[in-house]
Amino acid sequence: MGLTLYATALLTMGGIYAVLTLGLNLHWGVTGLFNAGIAGFFAVGAYATALLTAPPGATPSGGLGLPVATGWAAAMLLSGALAWAIGKICLRLRSDYLAMATIGIAEILRLIVKNELWLTNGSRGIAGVPRPFEQLAQPWAELAFLLLVLAVLAIAYLLLETAVRSPWGRVMRAIRDDEAAAAAAGKDVAAFRLQAFVLGSMLMGLGGALSAHYFKYIGPEATQPLLATFLVWVMLIVGGSGRNAGAVAGAFLVWALWSATELLTNRLPPDWLTRAAYLRVFLIGFILQVVLQRHAGGVLPERTAVRRPGP
Amino acid sequence: MSVALLEVRGLARSFGGLRAVQDVDLDVAEGSITGLIGPNGAGKSTLFNLIAGALVPSAGRIRLAGEDITGLPPHALFRRGLVRTFQIPRPFQRLTVAENLLVVPPGEGEERLLAAWLARGRLARREAALRRRVDEVLRTLSLTPVADQPAGELSGGQKKLLELGRVMMAEARLVLLDEIGAGVNRTLLAELAGHIERLNRAHGVTFLVIEHDMDLIARLCDPVVVMAEGRILTQGTMAEVRADPRVIEAYLGAKAAHAA
Repeated sequence: MGLTLYATALLTMGGIYAVLTLGLNLHWGVTGLFNAGIAGFFAVGAYATALLTAPPGATPSGGLGLPVATGWAAAMLLSGALAWAIGKICLRLRSDYLAMATIGIAEILRLIVKNELWLTNGSRGIAGVPRPFEQLAQPWAELAFLLLVLAVLAIAYLLLETAVRSPWGRVMRAIRDDEAAAAAAGKDVAAFRLQAFVLGSMLMGLGGALSAHYFKYIGPEATQPLLATFLVWVMLIVGGSGRNAGAVAGAFLVWALWSATELLTNRLPPDWLTRAAYLRVFLIGFILQVVLQRHAGGVLPERTAVRRPGP
Repeated sequence: MSVALLEVRGLARSFGGLRAVQDVDLDVAEGSITGLIGPNGAGKSTLFNLIAGALVPSAGRIRLAGEDITGLPPHALFRRGLVRTFQIPRPFQRLTVAENLLVVPPGEGEERLLAAWLARGRLARREAALRRRVDEVLRTLSLTPVADQPAGELSGGQKKLLELGRVMMAEARLVLLDEIGAGVNRTLLAELAGHIERLNRAHGVTFLVIEHDMDLIARLCDPVVVMAEGRILTQGTMAEVRADPRVIEAYLGAKAAHAA
């Protein structure tokens, strides 16, 4: 029973991270957009669904107690709208500006979340976010939610895989490889990038929403860059940037390792425990190094050669 | 007398205090292969970038087939039939050679995201038709054996050919070729010239060509336009231009011109 619950929790979190990593793969792996503020889109999604679906009284301004599906839709719409606004401004500029802008927006959002008590309850966070199937008996409640996450992940994967293999995806990969040549080949680079940026950010918002429902709670710690941005990048690089299957594999793999480091650091002597958080980051960095030494393109690298259909 | 496909009037562009291009008038006749020569720093590349939409002019107008295209971005020029190549080839490195060509034709809505999800049958039919065209271009350029290799792995010469392949896929009216012959051996140079002539004669593509290789210019281009210090110096056939003392002076300095 304990082991089932542990495995279920591991897979659920892995699945939620896989949704985030798929979004980042569309940004960076496919289109070459450097998004360094995943946490911002995660936060928008998580708080949007929390405010809409939590019962009245969950925050000073209240929750709306709406159905979970409404929360998810709003999470995707709002994070997509935020991406559209950032993208409209930044995507015409050189790519490093997008990195700076996304870091900045993510930090601003984190401060808003922390300080606008009337809306977000500040550092106490929003509790009472409903989780689908929570009324079932254990372990069925956990398993049912895991299946829901995996279903969402499967749909996202299939949609992205179809998109990346289509002419649309080919244009994105061309833009990633050489922006000027893509423009000379008739592609409206800014418009295509904006589409990829919005779509990827919507997935990040959805990931945030899934997380809020899973924990039945969202607080500012969950939107820290370490957990919501850095870890997702590691997942994508380890898994294989440019390949959706790589992104998914990387998410589960790195999440399993990340959880395992917690088991390790829990056994440390007490005076080391305070440094455990840093040790875990160090271990993840170390693992990243080891993987990249052996597999430069990640565990499941992008396949460049296309299989041509029969004659 | 043929009609001017490209008309440039009073074109100017400065970078800070440097007037890279000033007061340039240029006509490129429909169906011609017009050469653009001049010593280094004459402003040829700036003029190219202005026409190709990579730079916005400080003054002047550019017309393509009578339509004012001044300041339009490259992708809008592409739709009007104007494409360029790059001096240093810029293939899409991680796309295969075939994909580098497949990506060029925009189609009619086939590049939309919703088409990827909702019109898969239509996309598959169009891809099959496109593949046949790509295979033909690859055969013409002798690139068939490397069709499924990442373009980043091609040799320098093959990258030049691929650059020309993208031009072929674009079905352009006017092609700006930026030193297609730079750093290319004689055999490949002759091959490239052959492809350009064929595109010009069989498909009616007009070319404006920057080139330092005078043999290539002499073989392909009529007329030849000479630029120096940001201005058009003269234009005429290669023989006329070669005999012009002003051209010799621009290339070699005043003394040499007197000696000649």
